Amino acid sequence: MSTAILPSVTTITSPFGSASHLQCRECGARYSLGAEYACIECFGPLEVGYEFGTVTREQIESGPLSIWRYSALLPVSTTAALEPNLAPGFTKLVRADNLAKALGITGGLWVKDDSGNPTHSFKDRVVAVAQSAARRLGLSTLSCASTGNLANAVAAAAARGAQRSVVLIPSDLEPGKVVTTAAYGTTLIAVEGNYDDVNRLCGELIGDSVTDDWGFVNVNLRPYYAEGSKTLGYEIAEQLGWRLPQQVVIPIASGALLTKVDKGFREFIDLGLVEQTPYRIFGAQAVGCSPVEQAFRAGHDVVRPVRPDTIAKSLAIGNPADGPYALDVVRRTGGSIGAVTDEEIVEGIRLLAETEGIFAETAGGVTVATLRALVRSGELDPTAETVLLNTGDGLKTLDAVSAHVGPAGTISPSISAVVNLLGGLA
Amino acid sequence: MSVTVRVPTILRTYTDGQAEVSVAPDVETLSGVLTALEVVAPGIRARVLDDEGKLRRFVNIYVDDDDVRFLDGLDTPTPDGTSVSVIPAVAGG
Repeated sequence: MSTAILPSVTTITSPFGSASHLQCRECGARYSLGAEYACIECFGPLEVGYEFGTVTREQIESGPLSIWRYSALLPVSTTAALEPNLAPGFTKLVRADNLAKALGITGGLWVKDDSGNPTHSFKDRVVAVAQSAARRLGLSTLSCASTGNLANAVAAAAARGAQRSVVLIPSDLEPGKVVTTAAYGTTLIAVEGNYDDVNRLCGELIGDSVTDDWGFVNVNLRPYYAEGSKTLGYEIAEQLGWRLPQQVVIPIASGALLTKVDKGFREFIDLGLVEQTPYRIFGAQAVGCSPVEQAFRAGHDVVRPVRPDTIAKSLAIGNPADGPYALDVVRRTGGSIGAVTDEEIVEGIRLLAETEGIFAETAGGVTVATLRALVRSGELDPTAETVLLNTGDGLKTLDAVSAHVGPAGTISPSISAVVNLLGGLA
Repeated sequence: MSVTVRVPTILRTYTDGQAEVSVAPDVETLSGVLTALEVVAPGIRARVLDDEGKLRRFVNIYVDDDDVRFLDGLDTPTPDGTSVSVIPAVAGG
């Protein structure tokens, strides 16, 4: 079995920028850049490798206020920013003093609020990079298996890019995510089953002639797609003033986001863009889908699949293929992984909303509640500076909180009725 | 008896490009299916199983609609008419 040959020359004008090859994370086999995602030798996942030139803070700071300011560190051409795309990224890093006080964190707390992306989740980042790769590889239809956020992002990006899209979702997805995908005019296909079933179907569709020109952003474009998540790590470091935080809390679905934030930090260190200071990475899962947390607690290197049952549907991946790598990162950096119940998820959503005015989707509730649990258990140091990732907007998962919040009362339109109501609340 | 095996793109070099292969295993388990598959597609078994004969970490195999990791792994029963699907694990999300 032969592996493909590396391109001999990589220049800044290359279609994939400073990316030079694909490499198997398991056995190290190298392949040329293409629409491949699994190693022929061992089935391991392929990851983009680079030959970075010099990248300076000044170059980055002079770039657009989007992920494209980091183009030199992504598998994209220098013209990616000029092609039709949603220009995601450079979302707010919000100082969260009220939440810090509520949780007893004294070292400083920040929320990296990725609900500020064009379709209101971090998925716009990964899709933008995959969309660029699809263009370079001649794949004219954008597709994905999705728990909802990705569906939104693919459908919207394809609309902006005047590309066809086909989005496959589990049929029990939250109504809000169905509507906010279908609105972009995509071909939306609801599949009977859970996310893992949909993902499996996409795996089988690849290689079928009906999908010859399809780029499944999180399957055959996955090596490129996943690199988009590095930009969350880059932005945190840049927005903190070109330094790394001491602790980061990240939700785990597939495990890819957590591993890529770590990769982003390490690349910034290697390129001399930030000082090498110690950081700890913490993972957050829902008890109803916590295969990585269970493996972490049991001291295992492999992740045993589970059948998801949680309100945090965007994290409901029962068979997370990047789970082992997430475990590696958490253990290497001295972090840990927590899991919280559906009730705690709702509490987390409300706590963030009530203390900081940030309305997170269920995944954000998982992360806030896990942060609280890790502080209480002593696993996370409240005296160290901490960054929390909010990956999506609460407007997408209204069902999770609709039974828990509402009007203080319904009154007649009179001053006395308001006074009476407020008096009753006091 | 006959079992249908769906083969992913990256293994079709072993099956002359065929996406589906029918086999008639002597033993009605997934292990028996892979042994029978090896006869018609020599070399394919070692791509799916590691040196210890275990399912590789990044390979998912489904017997009918279920991931064999939820069933009995390589000992999962595969009666006549079963569909087996081999798919590279993808991280999802």
